[in-house]
Amino acid sequence: MKTTEYPAAAAINDANTAQARGGTNTAEPSPEDKELVKGKGLRSQVTLDGNEAVAYVAYHVSEIAAIYPITPSSPMGESSDAWSSIGEKNIWGAIPTVIEMQSEGGAAGALHGALQAGALGTTFTSSQGLLLMIPNMYKIAGELTATVIHVAARSIAAQALSIFGDHSDAMATRQTGFALLSSNSVQEAMDLALIAHAATLESRIPFLHFFDGFRTSHEVSKIEQLSLDDMRAMIDDDLVRAHRERALSPDHPVLRGSAQNPDVYFQGRESVNPYYLACPTIVQNTMDKFARIVGREYRLFQYEGAPDAEHVIIVMGSGAEAVQETVDYLTAQGRKVGVLKVRLMRPFSVEHFLQALPATVKSIAVLDRTKEPGSIGEPLYQDIITALTEGFTAGKAPMAAFPKVIGGRYGLSSKEFTPAMVARIFDELKKPNPQNHFTIGINDDVTHTSLTYDPAFSSEAPETVRAMFYGLGADGTVGANKNSIKIIGEETDLNVQGYFVYDSKKSGAVTISHLRFSKQPIRSTYLISRANFVGCHQFSFMERLDVLKAADPGAVFLLNSPFGPDEVWDNLPRSAQQAIITKKLRFYVIDAVEVARAAGMGGRINTVMQTCFFAISGVLPRDEAIAAIKHSIEKTYGKRGESIVRKNFAAVDSSLENLHEVKIPQSASSKFEMRPAVSANAPEFVRNVEALMITGDGDQVPVSAMPIDGTFPTGTTKWEKRNIALEIPVWDEELCIQCGKCVMVCPHSVIRAKVYDASSINHAPEGFQTAVPKWREFSELKYTLQAAPEDCTGCGLCVAVCPAKSKSEAKHRAINMEAQPPLREKYNQYWDYFLSIPELSRQKLSHGQVKDQQLLEPLFEFSGACAGCGETPYISLMTRLFGDRAMIANATGCSSIYGGNLPTTPYSKNSEGRGPAWSNSLFEDNAEFGMGMRLAIDKQNQYGKELVERLASSIGEQLAVEILSADQSTEEGIFAQRERVKTLKEKLANNPAPAARDLLAVADELVKKSVWIVGGDGWGYDIGYGGLDHVLASSANVNILLLDTEVYSNTGGQMSKATPLGAVAKFAAGGKRTPKKDIAMMAMIYGRAYVAHVAMGGNDTQTMKAFMEAEAHDGPSIIIAYSHCIAHGYDMVYGIDQQKAAVNSGHWPLFRYNPALAKEGKNPFVLDSRAPSIPLEKYIYNETRYTMLVNSDPDEAKKLLKQAQENVNERWKLYQHMAAMNFDKA
Amino acid sequence: MIDLSTNYLGLKLKNPVVVSASPLSEKLENFPRMEDAGAAAIVMYSLFEEQIEAESENIDSALEYGANSYAEATSYLPDMAKYHIGPDRYLELLRKGKAAVKIPVIASLNGSSPGGWVRYSEYMEQAGADALELNIFDIPSDPLLTAAALEDRYCDLVRAIRKQVHIPISVKLGPYFTSCANFAKRLSEAGADGVVIFNRFYQPDFDLEEMEVVPNLVLSSPHELRLRLHWAAILYHQVETYIAITGGVHDASDVLKSMMAGAHVAMMTSALLKYGIEHIGVVLAGMEAWMEEHEYVSVKQMRGSMSLVNIESPAGFLRGNYLKTLGSYTWREPGTALTTL
Repeated sequence: MKTTEYPAAAAINDANTAQARGGTNTAEPSPEDKELVKGKGLRSQVTLDGNEAVAYVAYHVSEIAAIYPITPSSPMGESSDAWSSIGEKNIWGAIPTVIEMQSEGGAAGALHGALQAGALGTTFTSSQGLLLMIPNMYKIAGELTATVIHVAARSIAAQALSIFGDHSDAMATRQTGFALLSSNSVQEAMDLALIAHAATLESRIPFLHFFDGFRTSHEVSKIEQLSLDDMRAMIDDDLVRAHRERALSPDHPVLRGSAQNPDVYFQGRESVNPYYLACPTIVQNTMDKFARIVGREYRLFQYEGAPDAEHVIIVMGSGAEAVQETVDYLTAQGRKVGVLKVRLMRPFSVEHFLQALPATVKSIAVLDRTKEPGSIGEPLYQDIITALTEGFTAGKAPMAAFPKVIGGRYGLSSKEFTPAMVARIFDELKKPNPQNHFTIGINDDVTHTSLTYDPAFSSEAPETVRAMFYGLGADGTVGANKNSIKIIGEETDLNVQGYFVYDSKKSGAVTISHLRFSKQPIRSTYLISRANFVGCHQFSFMERLDVLKAADPGAVFLLNSPFGPDEVWDNLPRSAQQAIITKKLRFYVIDAVEVARAAGMGGRINTVMQTCFFAISGVLPRDEAIAAIKHSIEKTYGKRGESIVRKNFAAVDSSLENLHEVKIPQSASSKFEMRPAVSANAPEFVRNVEALMITGDGDQVPVSAMPIDGTFPTGTTKWEKRNIALEIPVWDEELCIQCGKCVMVCPHSVIRAKVYDASSINHAPEGFQTAVPKWREFSELKYTLQAAPEDCTGCGLCVAVCPAKSKSEAKHRAINMEAQPPLREKYNQYWDYFLSIPELSRQKLSHGQVKDQQLLEPLFEFSGACAGCGETPYISLMTRLFGDRAMIANATGCSSIYGGNLPTTPYSKNSEGRGPAWSNSLFEDNAEFGMGMRLAIDKQNQYGKELVERLASSIGEQLAVEILSADQSTEEGIFAQRERVKTLKEKLANNPAPAARDLLAVADELVKKSVWIVGGDGWGYDIGYGGLDHVLASSANVNILLLDTEVYSNTGGQMSKATPLGAVAKFAAGGKRTPKKDIAMMAMIYGRAYVAHVAMGGNDTQTMKAFMEAEAHDGPSIIIAYSHCIAHGYDMVYGIDQQKAAVNSGHWPLFRYNPALAKEGKNPFVLDSRAPSIPLEKYIYNETRYTMLVNSDPDEAKKLLKQAQENVNERWKLYQHMAAMNFDKA
Repeated sequence: MIDLSTNYLGLKLKNPVVVSASPLSEKLENFPRMEDAGAAAIVMYSLFEEQIEAESENIDSALEYGANSYAEATSYLPDMAKYHIGPDRYLELLRKGKAAVKIPVIASLNGSSPGGWVRYSEYMEQAGADALELNIFDIPSDPLLTAAALEDRYCDLVRAIRKQVHIPISVKLGPYFTSCANFAKRLSEAGADGVVIFNRFYQPDFDLEEMEVVPNLVLSSPHELRLRLHWAAILYHQVETYIAITGGVHDASDVLKSMMAGAHVAMMTSALLKYGIEHIGVVLAGMEAWMEEHEYVSVKQMRGSMSLVNIESPAGFLRGNYLKTLGSYTWREPGTALTTL
């Protein structure tokens, strides 16, 4: 075994001679470097986002990437997987192995193992994922193992989850022993990724390279791409070999990871000090080498600004670019200001820091993009204070006097951080007593930390082209803009930047694209607030969004309008007309929908609008632009087939002919205004807070208006009328058989049925439809089926499932989709009126019947789920059946996003004020979280019963006995118990005894509660399986609803262990090679859990039975529910048909396993579906996730189909055997 | 030695049994099997322009569906490096199939746009097809479209393709043309070398319970041959064109009848799907046996012998045929076996 080699002496000497602050690196390239500099000419200019920039480097200098999806870092893993699947090689000529693990904890473990065995490994993550890696990070660092974790830095879930960017995650790892290297832009992210990989090999310190989630990870920018030669030059193969030599091997065995005792652990911990001392210099040397080879210079602490600055902002990440832009602007005006960009935060080099800071500095603001509640200050602030103190103590500080230092928080969760804010901070620094621990960018009216600033301040170069586009997710606006950026980036010498803002809905989402083009470098890491081009791609936005708010005077305004140049004016709201006149906008219209339709593009107006943008923005000469668009179309769509290219070409050609400039009248004449965001009848919180979020003005919400603990009212989606359906279902009461299927499958609970007394509708609006109920017991009453016109997404599932067809016209059903606009107002009246009709008593209905469930009120409505979502019908059903007594623990994923993402919440309350109580803990712990809820309910129930017993004499013996012996197995029983508890509470109300007050506090728990643990397959099959397994093995009375989309849907379709063999998914770009995990079988093995495998479209009655039985089972139960998903690659209107096909092919057998039956001597396993009646291919080849492989790798697809069919056959045989087993106790 | 050879579209064939467009030609390994079994030529399965477009559309739509709508998921499926969409896979199989056998390989095309017909025809010629069969599988459902206009469109199409490709062209027809003989003549004038009679269309069925239309295609049955014999007999010598009969050719007698009606080749699929590729050998042996028994020396001898122009009473192929058929049933003695060839 080798003796320890300390790098200290040489490196620390180097450190002492390191370049001084801000100085350029003038060292001549070495002969070797000179050779390498030749590679420079081979570097290309590329237009890509930060994730791709980083993954490009990480992939090419690694052998193994252990990955797991999490926003916003998932695309790094996706790119790596895609490259690996097509055989892209790393710089040593090998194809890196990209392996998806079951969690970030698993990825870190696999990475650790790979490193120990001598591989060059990497991983990518964010937020909670990074937190799951922390235990291994300590180990990896403790063992001085070279690796790089690339982090798209993101907020950590605290009072709420947020997918957006700040440094909370990276800062939570600063104690692990990893080096922390921060990048500020897309170019830097690529460059520092390579520097990190090079430096880790030399220093042996593992690196965490982080860059701002979304702002950098998703910003599209033109950069110079490093060549593979650059990478070969930067990565020292001797160091790679040294890394391998340190690996575990039975050929030279060692033991690593011992357990140490009080005698030596401490010393062992200190043994690494020389490596940490040497690391900063190694990093700077690596940066210097990079500068010699590539030409871009980086410093550990990079100062920009006046050499004699008096006021300096110290900052990390993308915000540093906005600060530099402001500094450049202010110094040009003679201000003595500067910015110190921190790149290497760990190991923190006081020497390098002090050398970088101007000696003239008098006051410093340290900005942290994180929040550490209860601390003296945030991490960077504390480091700077410490560094300065040490510098002054040691007499090494260049300044004469200790500068004033204040700390401030900015930009949490991608909150805007603008030059206006920077300018305000510099102003604060001029004050004799600047405010410390400030916040900027919010209105903190509670603890008054926030600095107010002038939003009108701008440091942006006026010649920069700034374009904003408002689009709908489905119309292709963002895709077109990404394309435009690439065109301009590649066809001109302009710098380009694209950043895209989405709302929180998965269907009908509004997208806002922010594009900049400039001859100068673009450092504007903030949204456009003064645009010289505004494109509004949806006419309906004009009535709900102030799209012209950011238009600069004289800007060009392009509107996709069904109205021509002569009619459009009168169809604009007054405020828009006024803005056009006042700002002297040049106004163009095109009927893009019609042009796209004529070109065969359906509703995709992207190419049309893109062509118009180029035609009138003047960024490129028109002819050049058209040629470039066509070239780009060929590049983008060529591989998808000639016809796609031809259609797009046709759209380009006809766009210009249909583009018209509008002659603008002198004055605004419109007779209508923009619609209010929410109704005046909405509750105060909705009107004052949520309405601002709805209109995109959430930044204005003051701290005082925000709930302090993340608690929000439910039932607020009904106020957010999104009005996104072009067509809505219309009822034919004559034809309707009132089966309730449409109500059951509606993903957004927008179709409702009621049975009610005829007298309830004496004042019904004209045309309100009614029918005689097709229930014998209700035949004297009335029945109405009604759709909510402004909440519907127009998915069409209701029509697809409707079994009642006209005898004379087969295509006409009992419900049919019809154009929404002419129906909107009338149906709004009907809907409001419908809601006012009282619900039928729950006790009158048979809850296990499909027909009756339609009359139960859903307590989950109008979620932001995708149109045609396959998950939400199950949730809606669950709330109909048990919602008034349900506690829901929801795993992170689609269901937590459409269930809990602001501005509004879909879980709602009934007229008694009861409804589901919902919470999301984490992705990985949801089963445990739900079990905890159950334990608490049971404990309080038990305590309540004890108190009832104790207080029986005062509350009445009879009542006490009734409460304690209540049978709550039926709806009637629960209702009766509620009445008893109501009486109990009345009796206790004025009883001052402590026991009585205690009983009052827990009395509600005497009524049966239903705990639902909801999540997707990513949770249940992968990251949460350990906990799920534990709960299934317990006796906790919880109900698990596993919404199986067979893929990580929320993060964009990555493979899970639920993904079937042969399906293409992200991280399985070559088709999944292993069969879907049979989680039902695993759950059944315990013998005590209720297990059901359901597909609503396959057999809705079986689904109903499963829900009823699962809830009734006194122990853990799990329902595995087939959920069609847009990640499967087909139009969701066929979702129900596909569910049927999944069942008929045997891919998704229907069964129930009820342990109660075994106790009765019956077989607990009941197979509810028939033997497969169609071959698997008849099912799977309706979906692009399978046909994609047929198209890309037909031989592999054939092989996998054969295996998959065999698996289906074998599984069916096994289930048949199980169903035939004899459980007769005799 | 009996001479089974024939000429079809100017191609010299060793016998008149050709494998018609079918799933059999989707597999390369079947090409030599068909040749070894005795097939004189292979018509490849049809390349459907519409199908290609639908595949393109599916991939494109699936990749764009939900994409760039939501911050967490800017797409839902991985975009592959390449897709084998378009005619490439077909052309590759054509190339390989052609290399695997010595007999002619005829490519079959069903286009959906004028440009598509011509473009794909050229690709097929470049890939080595010995001839081209244009599969006009089109249901004219527009009541405003006249028969004349439709026929003009087809003739224009043939002319356009004839202009661009140099290999022989045949047109596979449906049986529903008002004046079939005239149309065959017009096609010939437009540049078609032959006609294939007749295409068998999908015949949608109804699901009474679900009130849905169910696509359906059953294998041909021998009785379908009669329609083809009828029309081959009419066209023979009246129109200067090569004639292929397809649909209902199941055994040796069917091939012999086809020849006697005037066809140059008889094409088979259903019987091969039913009995296997080797059934071709059985058919050929049956032909030889029958010809030997009846002292025929060549197929040429019998071609058209029963055609309209060569039978005693041409009226038998015209409207009198109806009466004659009924008559034969009326007067057939009980227990009399049906005449076999």
